Amino acid sequence: MATSSSQEQDVQGEVLKKGKPREQKEDAEKLLESKKQADDGQSGGQFVLKCAKGTRDYDPFQMAIREGVFSVIISCFKRHGAVSISTPVFELKETLLGKYGEDQKLIYDLADQGGELLSLRYDLTVPFARYVAMNKIKTIKRYHIDRVYRRDQPRMTLGRYREFYQCDFDIAGEYDPMIPDAECVRIVYEILSQLDLGSFIIKVNHRNVLDGMFEACGVPPEKFRSICSSVDKLDKTEWEEVKKEMVEGKGLEEAVADKIGEYVKLSGHFELLEKLMSDMGLTAVASARAGLEDMKLLLHYCELFGVLDKVSFDLSLARGLDYYTGVIYEAILTGDATMKDGEVPAVGSVAGGGRYDGLVGMFDPKGQHVPCVGVSIGIERVFSILESRAKEAGGKGIRTVETQVMVASGQKNLLEQRMKVCTLLWNAGIKTEMLYKRNPKLLNQFQYSEREGVPLLVIVGEEETVKGGVKIRDTHTREEDFVEMAALVPELNKRLAECQHSERV
Amino acid sequence: MAVALALRRRFRAVTVIKEEVAKLLELKKLVDDGKSSGQFVLKCPKGTRDYDPFQMAIREKVFSVITSCFKRHGAVAISTPAFELKETLLGKYGEDQKLIYDLADQGGELLSLRYDLTVPFARHVAMNNIKTMKRYHIDRVYRRDQPRMTLGRYREFYQCDFDIAGEYDPMIPDAECVRIVFEILSQLDLGSFVIKVNHRKLLDGMFEACGVPPEKFRSICSAVDKLDKAEWEEVKKEMVEEKGLEEVAAGRIGEYVKLNGRLELLERLTSDERLTAVPSSVAGLEDMKLLLQYCKLFGVLDKVSFDLSLARGLDYYTGVIYEAVLTGDPSKGKEGGVPAVGSVAGGGRYDGLVGMFNSQG
Repeated sequence: MATSSSQEQDVQGEVLKKGKPREQKEDAEKLLESKKQADDGQSGGQFVLKCAKGTRDYDPFQMAIREGVFSVIISCFKRHGAVSISTPVFELKETLLGKYGEDQKLIYDLADQGGELLSLRYDLTVPFARYVAMNKIKTIKRYHIDRVYRRDQPRMTLGRYREFYQCDFDIAGEYDPMIPDAECVRIVYEILSQLDLGSFIIKVNHRNVLDGMFEACGVPPEKFRSICSSVDKLDKTEWEEVKKEMVEGKGLEEAVADKIGEYVKLSGHFELLEKLMSDMGLTAVASARAGLEDMKLLLHYCELFGVLDKVSFDLSLARGLDYYTGVIYEAILTGDATMKDGEVPAVGSVAGGGRYDGLVGMFDPKGQHVPCVGVSIGIERVFSILESRAKEAGGKGIRTVETQVMVASGQKNLLEQRMKVCTLLWNAGIKTEMLYKRNPKLLNQFQYSEREGVPLLVIVGEEETVKGGVKIRDTHTREEDFVEMAALVPELNKRLAECQHSERV
Repeated sequence: MAVALALRRRFRAVTVIKEEVAKLLELKKLVDDGKSSGQFVLKCPKGTRDYDPFQMAIREKVFSVITSCFKRHGAVAISTPAFELKETLLGKYGEDQKLIYDLADQGGELLSLRYDLTVPFARHVAMNNIKTMKRYHIDRVYRRDQPRMTLGRYREFYQCDFDIAGEYDPMIPDAECVRIVFEILSQLDLGSFVIKVNHRKLLDGMFEACGVPPEKFRSICSAVDKLDKAEWEEVKKEMVEEKGLEEVAAGRIGEYVKLNGRLELLERLTSDERLTAVPSSVAGLEDMKLLLQYCKLFGVLDKVSFDLSLARGLDYYTGVIYEAVLTGDPSKGKEGGVPAVGSVAGGGRYDGLVGMFNSQG
């Protein structure tokens, strides 16, 4: 059975009298005592029934959605030839040190219990770099879907948790420029299309182009990072506010800020590329020129991969840039016009990533260079979008159990027969349930099937048993047909195949 | 001029990188307190490991077989966080409490990594006022054990749980669990196996009938639990010499714990007057009779062994207990002819756990 609340106790029948052994009481008392001791009088002696702050359980409905999403995403990764790896939930503390800049303070540490100092992983990228360096891997194309941990200020309504899934795809290795980088864009495109989340764009930019842009505008080099994180805020904030932060908060000359403003409002495809390539100020910077060459290749490859119409070369894209060394991406949903004040659309960032050539080298004592490029899909956001959508549709199309047949009876003393039929069906690989009651009420079994979307029932009855068979009942049409035992499995399979077919139509 | 400019810029870039690396190494020294030589240590924490693509391919296949089986039986899936409030886990694991990983006190709630999936399940059920649920949960758990990786003993490892919560007619869900273990072990193609079954009440009744003082039940029980790895003589010695049991009582226990079988054993025990003088044995035997009958209807009886030496820690078990062992390779025996334990599944009925989370009990 799926789940039921206290309202559905009538389905349960006789309350089972299970006398509580003496020891259970003793256990409970011991428990309360140890709890008091542990509490130091902090709580009222009650058990606090909750998850840790910023974390949550997934109920069956959410799990069904999650499974659907993972299935689409993993198919896509596999379609592109990726292997998967898995790493532990915690790393040696020193592995994570110095990789996250200011976000260092958001890392969960484990208590010092006398052994190694450990921390919960903050992302899947640093563990990946550690894995590559540790195993002296030169090339690998891998995906990794798992949870990561950040002691953030949780804002659960915005889908901001302390424990959340990341879904990473990375290509490590020395290759000809921009081919893997373009494949990452293609992968984001495939996933977002198949998840049916509405319209989206994939913004692309380049670390060297950004740096070149800052230099061309006259930003002092020591302010690059700082100005970069201001630019990063343009997806949530208006330019005027960001400019103000640059000038007043970060001491940038107003003229310089204005020049930046001229650039960061630009986005496009090849025409933008042309424009920038004829921009003398920008192309005077060698690294910016190299970045533009990369972008030219990228856009060209995106066109060949059939995704260019979803791509936007966008100079306002900055993305923190801690370890990025080349192209950077960010995919946002553009579908739903839920606007904030000032008409800046609510951010629907659902994927992000870029090239990070220096990270593996940081782990390797010989500094072996393994360039990497990758993307991370923001699945928590995808989950919550699909979850609200499913709830609005009344939960239709989402089943929490996949049961195909309920084996039922309305008369007494048919438990044995029901069990035998279940065994027959399980042996045939059919997803089958029965109620855990000796003498259940027929109506309850019908109601269960309807509620959980179980398409068929097999009803065991005295008359039918004498005739050597059972009845098959269609949950939807409520029609019942007699069928002989020998024909039961083939008939069920036939009907189930038809059900599936009509569901797809 | 342009060249000079370019050179100056390149020099600046290199300088910036040099500065960053220097800062990083300095930071590392500060943190290290001179523990390492300034090198990055490339390893996983003790008792943990990465899964490489080969291992992942195997893992995926195994999860696929197991998940299909759970779904075939109508289970839903839930998921819980990797850590719980420390108080949620307190007092649930007896002596194993000390093996729990705590998170550092960083100014907020006190947290611990989950030790199993059963206590989080009970918390979830109590928290959501759930009356009935059939759920599976496959995820990793954490124990600060002495890792013995060659024996497959890790500090981080997967558990794969299937549980049925709710008030039902006796032994039907209990038997379905046996059926599920049967299906999974068959499909995973691990060779021959046996699913041992026993009953907490029967064990307690047996101890009482043999003259074990009630306060020694748990202690004698954990001695019996060792019979899967040790010979009876050794276990008896521990009971008598270390745990102060009268030799006569130990001898009587020895007569019982060597017994295993099916319906014929049930018959024999049901006619055993000394045993059935104790009410809890009678209750246990009635349950076992139903269980064996249902196992027969579910087509699994030939893999089941009603085994009086099965004890299983018994921290929170209140009824039937199971343990599945692989019996495939007889060459993997210890000295003395006791086969190496290939325990691949275990569980039982635990009626009191959710109530511990509910203030109403």
